Amino acid sequence: MIEVERLTKTYGDARGIDDITFSVGKGEILGFLGPNGAGKTTTMRILTCFMSASSGSAKVAGYDIFEDSLKVRSKIGYLPETVPLYTDMQVPVYLKFVAGLKDVPWKKINHKVAEVMEQVGLTHMAHKFIGELSKGYRQRVGLAQALVNDPEVLILDEPTIGLDPKQIVEIRSLIKGLGGGRTIMLSSHILPEVSMLCERVIIIDEGKIKAMDTPDNLMSRLHAAGRVQARIDGPKEKVLKALREIGGAKKVDVVSDSGATSMYVVEFADGKAGAHLIPRAVTSGGWDLHELTPMRLSLEDIFIRIVTEEEIKQ
Amino acid sequence: MRNLYFLLTKELRSYINSPVALVVITIFTIITGYYFYNIFANFSTLSFQAQSNPMAAKQYGALNVTEFVVRPFFSIVGLVMLIMLPMLTMRSFAEEKKSGTMELLLTYPLTDAEAIIGKFLGCMGIFVVMLTLTFPCLALVGYFGQPEWGVIGAGYVGLLLMGSAFISLGIFMSSLTENQIIAAALSFASLIILYMSGLSAAFAGENVGKVLEYISIINHLETFAKGVIDTSDVNYYILFTALFLFLSMRSLESKRWRG
Ligand SMILES: Nc1ncnc2c1ncn2[C@@H]1O[C@H](COP(=O)(O)OP(=O)(O)OP(=O)(O)O)[C@@H](O)[C@H]1O
Ligand SMILES: [Mg+2]
Repeated sequence: MIEVERLTKTYGDARGIDDITFSVGKGEILGFLGPNGAGKTTTMRILTCFMSASSGSAKVAGYDIFEDSLKVRSKIGYLPETVPLYTDMQVPVYLKFVAGLKDVPWKKINHKVAEVMEQVGLTHMAHKFIGELSKGYRQRVGLAQALVNDPEVLILDEPTIGLDPKQIVEIRSLIKGLGGGRTIMLSSHILPEVSMLCERVIIIDEGKIKAMDTPDNLMSRLHAAGRVQARIDGPKEKVLKALREIGGAKKVDVVSDSGATSMYVVEFADGKAGAHLIPRAVTSGGWDLHELTPMRLSLEDIFIRIVTEEEIKQ
Repeated sequence: MRNLYFLLTKELRSYINSPVALVVITIFTIITGYYFYNIFANFSTLSFQAQSNPMAAKQYGALNVTEFVVRPFFSIVGLVMLIMLPMLTMRSFAEEKKSGTMELLLTYPLTDAEAIIGKFLGCMGIFVVMLTLTFPCLALVGYFGQPEWGVIGAGYVGLLLMGSAFISLGIFMSSLTENQIIAAALSFASLIILYMSGLSAAFAGENVGKVLEYISIINHLETFAKGVIDTSDVNYYILFTALFLFLSMRSLESKRWRG
């Protein structure tokens, strides 16, 4: 559904994105993850034919974005990051305008508008001007205008930014319900969001793709270099010293102290699994081991590692 | 066509919902109406004098309502258009860029040409309302005297064509910037320069003078105000309009490239 090849965009001398290649299959939900200025919006603006790329090519819904831009544009729904809307229009009037431009057949316009308003939960806001709506409802209007032509491909640029936690949850479940055969590409820098919504994640930083995998695989790729959590009953200083002496242990910290026992986190150097050495170190010190849990790296950790260019061992 | 319908209704609606159109239309009508009142009152005084004093009548020649009222009225309407139309066109693209709505508009399946013509027709719609509101003045002339209706008809055709030229230039300027004031200032400045170029024709060399006279945007209105629809003048305004609509297209295109 989306095929991007060696896409590059420069703004004058400044970098936008640099040689990006990826593809998204039909019905797939792809997360586009990256810090500020990574090039997420740039990529999306090119795919939606708002901007031209400096070089490279891309196909969306089977059409070339440069040669068949009108066809591409009639097949997509786009929610820009800033959710720009005409504040002086009433919600249904605005949506009818969009439906008209997006080639919804005349006779179906009213029906379609009512349907998307229902779908995104806007029906009770029908009499309001867009300018009077709260951020959460504007976001819904933004989603509604993206959906009004039943697009094959949905491109959502940071769809939950600036919303309160309750709205975030609602919008996320809304997006989750939008799948079903529809190809969705959404950008974010909120990691749990991406792992919750997406089947595949692309991590992009400074205009380049840094990693591309399923959220689970990304986490397990880093698992080997994992961390282990241990609850140990014993004198803190001595335990710390003993743990640090374990081969391969890179970093040892006390994370919590509850009376007699303390929780330690031992981080091993990449590729060295050393969790099995902990019980021996503890018993030879004459202390008790209460708990030993391997810790999976959270997506946040992975993200920070990848963007701070720590190498990922396969 | 379909896209133009949706774009045009949206434009007209947003003009109606914003105070801009109302203010522009009101000011335009007040200024032209006030000017009309002055020339018409002056004309009645002269006619009255001429009636009571045949000597004075000789001095003024034949008192002709077309000559004394209709023609000056058309040139003043042209001048007020030059001031007011940039205020109407300044928002067209500048506002969409500033508020970011351009990003959505340009990702809908419509061509750049349609986007521009939609804006153009929107402004033309408001402009037609402005022109229509000047008609009661001329109807008043018709009620009290015998103006040459041919001249009035031709004058309106001329004003309509000149307005379309002003509007296309204004839309182009608005496509260059996201600041409405800059868009208005640029249109205003270029229209005034085009207006004045006829003045420098007088002392420029013969050939340059001809070119300057041809360029002068208001010169072409004069033939219309004489009741003549000359194809060369019609062509001038049509070409002018087409040129600036085309330039607006290039401006949108280059925006896509620059990002
Ligand atoms: N119109 C522009 N002109 C010049 N440079 C730009 C423009 N838009 C983006 N950039 C630059 O391109 C790079 C990528 O920006 P982009 O907006 O795509 O990042 P992003 O991943 O969307 O970031 P964010 O999370 O902040 O939205 C940045 O360095 C930015 O400064
Ligand atoms: Mg962005």
